[in-house]
Order: sequence, then C-alpha cells, then structure tokens
Amino acid sequence: MMARDRYLAFANSPFGKKLTGAIGLPQPTPLERFAPGRPDLLGPVIVGAAQGGRLAAPLAELLAAAPVATLFHGEYAGWTDIAAQHRLMTGRFDAKSSGTVGSAVFDATGIADPDDLAAIYRFFHDTIRSIARNGRILVLGTPPEDAPNLAGRIAQRALEGIVRSLGKEAQHNIAAQLLYVAPGAEGAANSSLRFFLSPRSAYVSGQVVRIGKPVAQDTDGYDSHAPHAGRTVLVTGAARGIGAAIAEVFARDGAKVICLDVPQSTADLLALAQRIGGERLTLDITAPEAPKTIVEDAMARGGYDVVVHNAGITRDKTIANMTPDAWNIVMNVNLVSALRITEALLDADALKPNGRVVCVSSIAGNAGNLGQTNYAASKAGVIGMVQGFAPVLAARGATINAVAPGFIETQMTNAIPLTIREAGRRMNAMAQGGQPVDVAETISWFADPASVGLNGNVVRVCGQSLIGA
Amino acid sequence: MLTANSLRRVAIIGGCRIPFARANTAYAEASNQDMLTAALQGLVDRHKLHGERLGEVVAGAVLKHSRDFNLTRESVLSTTLDHATPAYDVQQACGTGLEAALLVANKIALGQIEVGIAGGVDTTSDAPIAINERLRKVLMKANRGKTTGQKLAALAAIRPRMLMKPELPRNSEPRTKLSMGEHCELMAKRWNIARAAQDELACASHRNLAATYARGFFTDLMVPFRGLTRDNNLRPDLSMEKLAALKPAFDKHGGTLTAGNSTPLTDGAAVVLLATEDWARAHNLPILAYLRAGETAAVDFVNGDEGLLMAPAYAVPRLLEKLGIMLQDFDFYEIHEAFAAQVLCTLAAWEDAGYARDRLKLDTPPGPIDRTKLNVAGSSLGTGHPFAATGGRILATLAKLLAEKGKGRGLISICAAGGQGVVAVVER
Repeated sequence: MMARDRYLAFANSPFGKKLTGAIGLPQPTPLERFAPGRPDLLGPVIVGAAQGGRLAAPLAELLAAAPVATLFHGEYAGWTDIAAQHRLMTGRFDAKSSGTVGSAVFDATGIADPDDLAAIYRFFHDTIRSIARNGRILVLGTPPEDAPNLAGRIAQRALEGIVRSLGKEAQHNIAAQLLYVAPGAEGAANSSLRFFLSPRSAYVSGQVVRIGKPVAQDTDGYDSHAPHAGRTVLVTGAARGIGAAIAEVFARDGAKVICLDVPQSTADLLALAQRIGGERLTLDITAPEAPKTIVEDAMARGGYDVVVHNAGITRDKTIANMTPDAWNIVMNVNLVSALRITEALLDADALKPNGRVVCVSSIAGNAGNLGQTNYAASKAGVIGMVQGFAPVLAARGATINAVAPGFIETQMTNAIPLTIREAGRRMNAMAQGGQPVDVAETISWFADPASVGLNGNVVRVCGQSLIGA
Repeated sequence: MLTANSLRRVAIIGGCRIPFARANTAYAEASNQDMLTAALQGLVDRHKLHGERLGEVVAGAVLKHSRDFNLTRESVLSTTLDHATPAYDVQQACGTGLEAALLVANKIALGQIEVGIAGGVDTTSDAPIAINERLRKVLMKANRGKTTGQKLAALAAIRPRMLMKPELPRNSEPRTKLSMGEHCELMAKRWNIARAAQDELACASHRNLAATYARGFFTDLMVPFRGLTRDNNLRPDLSMEKLAALKPAFDKHGGTLTAGNSTPLTDGAAVVLLATEDWARAHNLPILAYLRAGETAAVDFVNGDEGLLMAPAYAVPRLLEKLGIMLQDFDFYEIHEAFAAQVLCTLAAWEDAGYARDRLKLDTPPGPIDRTKLNVAGSSLGTGHPFAATGGRILATLAKLLAEKGKGRGLISICAAGGQGVVAVVER
C-alpha cells in the first residue's frame, strides 16, 4: 500500500481548503495522472514559435495523431498551414474567448539572438493564465552547444532560466520542461513531446532534456498505446515501492517483465509477478555470481530489451558515525552491481538491438544530503555511469539514461521523521510528494522504443524540488 | 443590376464555425458578437484574408440585444480583415444563415462584389431579456415628461410586479401561441410519423456526426472556442433504448417528439466564404463546390391548414423545376433536423400523390430519396441548432462533402419560423 499524504487529503476537504487558504498554508491539489482509457495528451494545445523553428512538423504530427486541437498565438499565423497539412484543428488563441487549455508549447529552436527571447516572453505573458490545472508548459530549444554562433548559444542557454521560473510560477500542478532537440534529431522528438504533454509526466517539472542524434531507426509496427508490446524488461528491486510500480507500468504497456529481487522478498515478488503476468528472478544482485545468472536468464529469453537498475537501499549515518559495512552495502547495491550487470550484459551481447538501460539516481545524487554520504555517492555515481556508458551504448544502437526521484511516497520515505518528511514533501512546485508510478512512467518513456534520441540524460522526478536544483 | 458582362459562378471556398454548445453550458458567458467574431477570425486565419477588403460580410442572429443592431459590422471590426469591409445584418429565423449566403451569392453572380462572407450566430444563453412591457411604457412616458414633476408623476406608476416579470424571448409563434415543438407535434400526427422512426433518425444523426468527427472531417471547418473542440450536444453512445426511455416533450399524452429527437436550444456561430472563380484563383485558394441556386418559400400555417415547418416541401420542387432536375438527382441531402419529425414529414409529403396534386400542384410527387444519402455527416440533432448558425454549418459541410467526392450535387433544406423554408442546390 502506498504511503498516504494526510495533509494533501485535508487541504482538499471543504474545511481544510478554507482553513489552509485563510492562514496561507500550501494548498496542493492531487496530481492528475495517466490511466488507460483517459486522454493521452492534455489539450487543447496553444502553440507559438520564433522564426526559423524546426519542430513544427513533428509537433503537428503528434497532435494530429492524438488528435488534439490547437490554438496558435497571434504571432504564429504560419501554424494554420502546418495544421492544415496535418489535418489538425486550429484557431487563433484569444485570452478572452479560447477558454482554458491543456498545454502551451513554444518552439524556440529558431531563436538565434538574446534579443529574440522577447518572443517567448510575449507568448507566455499572453497564455500562461489560460493553462488549466495539471497542464503542461513545454519549450523546445536547440542545444546551446549546437548553436551556430555565440549569440545563439547564449540565447538558447537562457531558455533554462525561463523554463525553470515558469515551472515555479505556473502553480496548480502545471509542469514546465525544456526539450533541447539537436539539429537532425527532430524525427526523434515524438516520444518525448508525447510524454511531456501527457498526464504521464505528472511529477516531472523544471527539467532540461536533450534529444540528440538517433541511435537506431524507429522500430516498425510501433504502437504508442502499447509501446513495450513484445519486449522483455528486467526490473531489479521489483518487489515493492518504485520497483513494483515500474514492473506494473511496463506490463500495462505490453512488456513481459522479469521481476528481480532478493530472496527475502519472495512472497511480494511472487504476488507481483502473478498480478502482471511476469516472471520472477530471485537473487541478490551483489552476489559475485549475480551478473552471470542474469546473463543466463537474458540469453534464455533471447536477450533483454530493457534493463531497469532500480534496486536501491539507504543506510543513513553521518560519515563520522558510519560503519564500513553501511558504506559498502549501499555502494554495492546502488552502484557497483548495476555497473557489473550492465557490463556483463553488454559483454554477452544480451541487450537486444534498440535496447535500453535505465538507472535510478536520486536528487540526493545532485544535492547531497545530511547523513547520506554513501547514498549520495552511489546515486551521483549512477549519473557518472549513465554519462560514461552513453557513447558505448550508442555505438550498439542502444541508450542509457537515469531518473532521479525526489520525494516519492514509499515505505522508504515514510520512515523519515515527520518534520523532515513534511519539508521534503512540500518543498517543491507541486507542494506534495510524487507516487512510485510517476517514476515508473518516466522510466517507461526513456525505455520507449521511439526514444532513440535520448541518451545520457538524467531527468528528475521531483515536482521541481527546491533541493538540488 | 447585372454589373458584370455575364453571370458568374459562385464558388464556396471554405467555412468556419465554432463548436456548438447546448444553451447555458460552455458559452453561457459568450455574446453573439464574441462568437461571430471567433468564427469570422477563424475563416480569415485559415484563408489568410488579413487586411483584405471583402465585398461584404452578411450575417445575422435570431435573438439579438438592442446593442447588437450592427452585429456583423461590429464583429468585422474585431477581426484582422480590412476594416473597410462593409457588413449588414439579416434575419429570417432559422433560415438566416442560408439566406445570407444566397444574398452574398447573388451579388457575386451579378458582378456587384467579388467575394463575401455569409453566416449567422445565435445564443439562447445570453438572451436579450427585456423589461416588463408595462414598465417600459411607464419609463418611456417619464422620458417624454418635460418637467421634473411630469417625470416623477409618470414614474409613480411603477408597481413592484413590473420589476418581477421581465419579458423573455420565446420560442413560439406569435400568431398561434404554440411553440415550435407543439407545431411539429401536429405535423407528426398529420403525417403519422412513428416515434421509433424519429428516434432512429436522431440516432443516425449522432452516429454519423461522431464518425465524421472521428475521421477528422471537421478539423478545417472549425476553430476551438471556450474550451470546446466539438459540439457538446453530441452523444456518440446514444442508443435506441436511451431514446425510447424519454418522455414526450410537447404533448404529454400521445406525443412522439422528445428531447432526444428534437434539437436543443444551442449557442454557436458559423460563416462561409464565397467568391468568384477568378478571385479564388488569384488568391490561390481551392474551390470546394459551387452554390448553384436557392429558393425560399412560405406557407400559411395560421389559416391555411399547413404545418408550420412544411415550407421546404414547397421550395424544393419549385427549385427542381427551375433547374430541370429530379429530387433523385442528388448525391447528398442535407435536410436540417429541427426535429426528426420535420425531416420525416417533408420526406413523406414528397412521396404523397395527393399532397403533390393538392398542395404542390404537381402531377407526380417528387418521390422518395435514397436515405443513405441523407445527412451523412450528421445534422442538427447531433450538432445542436443555434438558429442563424445552422445555414453556414450545413453549407460548408456539404461543400466539403462534395469536394471529397470530387463531383456531385447536394440539396440543402432548412425550415424556419413563420412557416418559411430556405433551400439551395450545391454542385461540383
């Protein structure tokens, strides 16, 4: 059972709403999450663009497939032609008559000079109040390092500041992201545009994602409603919490999931595997023979399509009080085993073409945390692992990325003392903790067969936490 | 009046409407001008008419506030059209939109203008509620008073009940005091239209409309408005069982018209762009179809023993005779579904030899139509019916249906209050 946020429930009761409003306490509202049968994309979508934008066509393609209606900002009259080409409904945005919208997307890839940034100011100045609760803000940019000149590089880097501030300003569970799409990678943006305009990305905000040169061709017969159909996915630490949610999301989206956990959790693991029609792999990933056993399992199944290194533990103590065991076990479970398993799978060629490795880091890996030198070291190490492996995997037509959860409602966070727990929960743009499914959806997006341009990214699932930003 | 050397063909270039909304829902706070402006701007955006001076814009509304005296012109001034584009309002009840199109088309055909927009808008949510008639008379008398004493003396006649009973616009015929539904109920009885047949037509309207939305047909004929992207009256899952469960709406005892097989009060706006072929070519805009001909008829429903909504039954044969074509020579029939019974009465009348002889003065009745060609993209029972906006909706839908088919002919029939009917033929 998920840990419960009693304050969230209270603040949304009739009396709680009045009281928290009157004395100025945070007033979080429950995040709207994806559920099968509910709309995939949050529409209608207001679109805007600076001259020379490169992402109109991929965006229109995605929205037309949904389908979601669009509204164009007055400065983007060119959108009518693009919409017509894609048989996409559109009309001029008008703050008075357009009503509320699900998302606002600005294509800033064409911005070549700091002076041009005023276009993005005007777009959000006009539209931000029209974005509905749980809506989305998405800014599309060119990676600063790919800008043709200094002015372009500066302007593109400035987008980060705009987006992170929008995420903090928008409130009402509205999430804001910046997607840097490299020139030539436009065709690889689809799965990311879809994820960030969908309720799947509920607890992801203030993130900067880079989409680069595709590592593989898009697979044939791909269905965005069941992206993992026919794929085999290994999830470590699957018995409970975030791991169980990951297994469930992959199974929901069509995958055969191999649920791995330690022998002590056999009962939970069995129940999970039965519930999702998956398989069980009971072993201790820190054992010396673990990589070999996993490789054998993979080979017996014709290889894994996706490997999710989720297993993680904490043994918190300030460094002066920490025992060597506490240091070692955290490093072994959280980092070293993931490294050894990945190496073994690659050596054995047990990761299938267009394969995915997704690691679980933590905002403690960015920010550090009192009493967590071991944990933060392991989670920062995961970031290093993702960055280091990225070119290796790209050469094999595969990718590696990491999620970095913030405060997620699990048994692990439920064990934190109340006052610290409350601070962790509220100190983010959503004023609440995330759910394991929020992390799982983000991992599923990284693992999506269409996410061929995502490699070496670390995306936080933290509701734009103030910590470690 | 012929300004050109010869008559010109009238091209339908495109249409634009906002999704229709059941009264007092999504557009409860929107005015006629807001809605008409949104539809016009959508048409202008799609066809890049920014700064363009058009021959004229003609539209109207059945229910208008006194401030809306120049509704269409005021709406034009809120768009990016050249503000030197003239505009005027027309009103012919539910025939307003199509009649406006005929007016613009006639001027184009005659060479008076090259291009124009026709349409209509209506809201029953933002209706013009007038003050009580007796109160109004008192206020007018006070206004006429020359001295303060005279004014005060007149105002002394105000009674509290005058304030409590405003004058509401009514959906009823001034001469018969019957509502339109009550009139149509009489027609259904006259023509023995079964409840099940009406419900089937309603079901088909919703089903066809849902399927037409699903294939993206309307994407370039509509603009989102106030959070709606499709008509909120549409019930894709409507079933005969659900319809059968509804009670009669106008005649509690033995009536067959229900809320399900009658159109609800609706808010919305629709406009259509008409032009000469040369203008279309010069602006690089493809032509969907041509507005070939129109006809308007009226019947005496007060003393003449004719149904209120039967005028199209007269208008269509008259027009067919002028064009030398048969009722069966059409690929699409767009018969506005004010009530399912209205459509079915009209079809029954066309098949009735006695009616043809006695009323239509025809030797042979116009005959049956191929029902699979009727309202194939859904009609008013599905979309709802903002009175003056319906003509524009149907004209644009039919023009696009013909454009999709490549070649063909379509008939539009719209009944209107006051025993009137406006019909038209569209070709490609």
